[in-house]
Amino acid sequence: MSDDYRSMWQELGLDLDAHDALLGVLGPLYEQTFTRQPNRPGGMKYFDFVMSEVHGLRIKELMDARQSGRKVVGAFCTFVPEEIVLALDGILVGLCAGAEFATEEAEKYLPRNTCALIKGAFGFALARVCPYLCASDVVVGENTCDGKKKAYEIFGGLVPNLYVMDLPQTKRAEGRALMRAEFARFASYMEELTGRPLTVQALKRGIATVNAKRSAMHRLARLRAADPSPISGLDGLLMNQVFFYDDPVRFTASVNTICDELEARIARGEGVAAKGTPRVVISGCPMAVPNWKLPAIVEAAGAVIVGEESCVGDRGTQGLTADDGNSLDELLDALVDRYMGIDCAIFSPNPTRVAHVSRMASELGADGVIHYGLQFCAPYQIEAGPVERRLEDEGVPTLRIDTDYGQEDVGQIRTRVEAFVERLRG
Amino acid sequence: MRSLGIDIGSRAIKVVLVVDGRIAMRAASDTGSDPLAVCRRMLDGVAHDLLTATGYGRHLFREHWPRAQVITEIKAVALGACHLLPGCRTLIDIGGQDTKAMSIDPAGKVQKFVMNDRCAAGTGQFLEMMATALAFTRDEFVAAAGRAPNAQRLSSMCSVFAQSEVVSLISRGACRDQMALGVHQAVAARTAALAGGVPVADPVVFTGGCALNPCLTALISEALKRNVQVPESPQTVAALGCARYGADQTR
Repeated sequence: MSDDYRSMWQELGLDLDAHDALLGVLGPLYEQTFTRQPNRPGGMKYFDFVMSEVHGLRIKELMDARQSGRKVVGAFCTFVPEEIVLALDGILVGLCAGAEFATEEAEKYLPRNTCALIKGAFGFALARVCPYLCASDVVVGENTCDGKKKAYEIFGGLVPNLYVMDLPQTKRAEGRALMRAEFARFASYMEELTGRPLTVQALKRGIATVNAKRSAMHRLARLRAADPSPISGLDGLLMNQVFFYDDPVRFTASVNTICDELEARIARGEGVAAKGTPRVVISGCPMAVPNWKLPAIVEAAGAVIVGEESCVGDRGTQGLTADDGNSLDELLDALVDRYMGIDCAIFSPNPTRVAHVSRMASELGADGVIHYGLQFCAPYQIEAGPVERRLEDEGVPTLRIDTDYGQEDVGQIRTRVEAFVERLRG
Repeated sequence: MRSLGIDIGSRAIKVVLVVDGRIAMRAASDTGSDPLAVCRRMLDGVAHDLLTATGYGRHLFREHWPRAQVITEIKAVALGACHLLPGCRTLIDIGGQDTKAMSIDPAGKVQKFVMNDRCAAGTGQFLEMMATALAFTRDEFVAAAGRAPNAQRLSSMCSVFAQSEVVSLISRGACRDQMALGVHQAVAARTAALAGGVPVADPVVFTGGCALNPCLTALISEALKRNVQVPESPQTVAALGCARYGADQTR
């Protein structure tokens, strides 16, 4: 990354030495995980570029946007409505939480048995290595799991401006009413932050932009049903990860460009691996950049991942928002309809999730499902049992992997994944 | 046709040679700190047409023996057990650092398998650590558990916590034999719980180095409320499975 960015990073208050160390690991890890894959679609060059500039050019764009008076909103979760942020000319970005960093520092604030995602978020903040966090005018937390809910109480003391959104725990009418009230409160907060009024027209525009972005991801998801798969699971995951960072309009165009290329590949019968390669859906906890540990193991073991039932994946991109409302109330109702459809494990009960995994497995022609649980993530680890039983009962081989961001269990995971692939081959 | 199987485990390396479908040779050796040197020594002078590897060192092995095929321990154990005891339906394998349970379909294929997580609780390594904490050799430890009239229960299965628990029990004058039995019971209970993750059906077969421990075998039988069979030379079953795999590939 160019030296021109150093002064920008310094201005943002990053710890340059620690940040250098982070980039020194990230660059080679990306190279090793992504660029050496065989038969990659040419369009992935765009994503290689985005990743090479993820702490550079994109941050510069955010800083320039702030200069022009726009607000940057940082978030950790797919429940934060980007439509409202965009309607008020803001920019929503995902914050760093996908790697172990300054774990010892994080453990001064959090118990050791906190999930890696929360610890990662604290580590990045405490070590001052996440430029997205430093570039955010506000960080929006959300009361999803108990871990995040309580951690935000502490996180508020570590960042200049934290806004916490409450979220329902059930899909009943009371839960829906809570989300509706919280979206309205968030809209008011954003109006105040940006000094702009939320108008019907602007919200419709925000909804259209995000709908287009999600539609492009739906198109990509459908194309991955082809056998041979036209794109690797790692690249599919990467696109789902970049979903949270990139400019939404440019991102949508880039995804559609790749989809055009994939359609041509499918027509020619080309893919990233031979036809008949064992196909796997990954289901469970989110994988934030640079958490590529499990997918890299799965694809090195000779399988191809054809879908992710995850917040960074199909769970996060599912559904579109109806844009035919003619008042803010109608549009906010439509937003709530769409966001209440997310089958996150914080909901109790959460019956649509297992149906979702099962549907993905059948529509994508998957031979099996790997359930990925982050250690100490009670909602997903507990839900893993019923998901596994239901899938096995339906005849879908399922493997459960519980792990974290550490590398010490890679050998054991590899053995399990290879044995699972042997099972899928029969 | 001579098919050689090698299982590079965390504690021991095992080799089995199958000649024209019959077991012609079995050998085992400690893994030590230089597994490749041990492999080299064990393969030295053993003529073979096919070579198949499994175990923790399987990928390292293939880097040095590029003609070798590689399969997982799970497949290897299943193939080996089905060779020795055709018709077996459930396998439990406890090695140095892994515990596995798997169900086998009537055609001999692995249906479902589960393995312990990264920690060594309930594995051979855990038993060794507890024997050391109680100042027993391996054989004494098994004998002590076998003669204890009843068990001193252990509350922790974490190798680190269990060790400090044993130390504090010793300081309170607890009986070593009863603690030895307590450790065995804890491993058996954990193994049975793990096996609950797969559909358990008879016949149940117990393999791996820990299947050489008759006290543990009896306790696992008790915990599962099923008769558990141990094949001959249970620690070399995965290596045998490798040799079988090689032979089957050429058929």
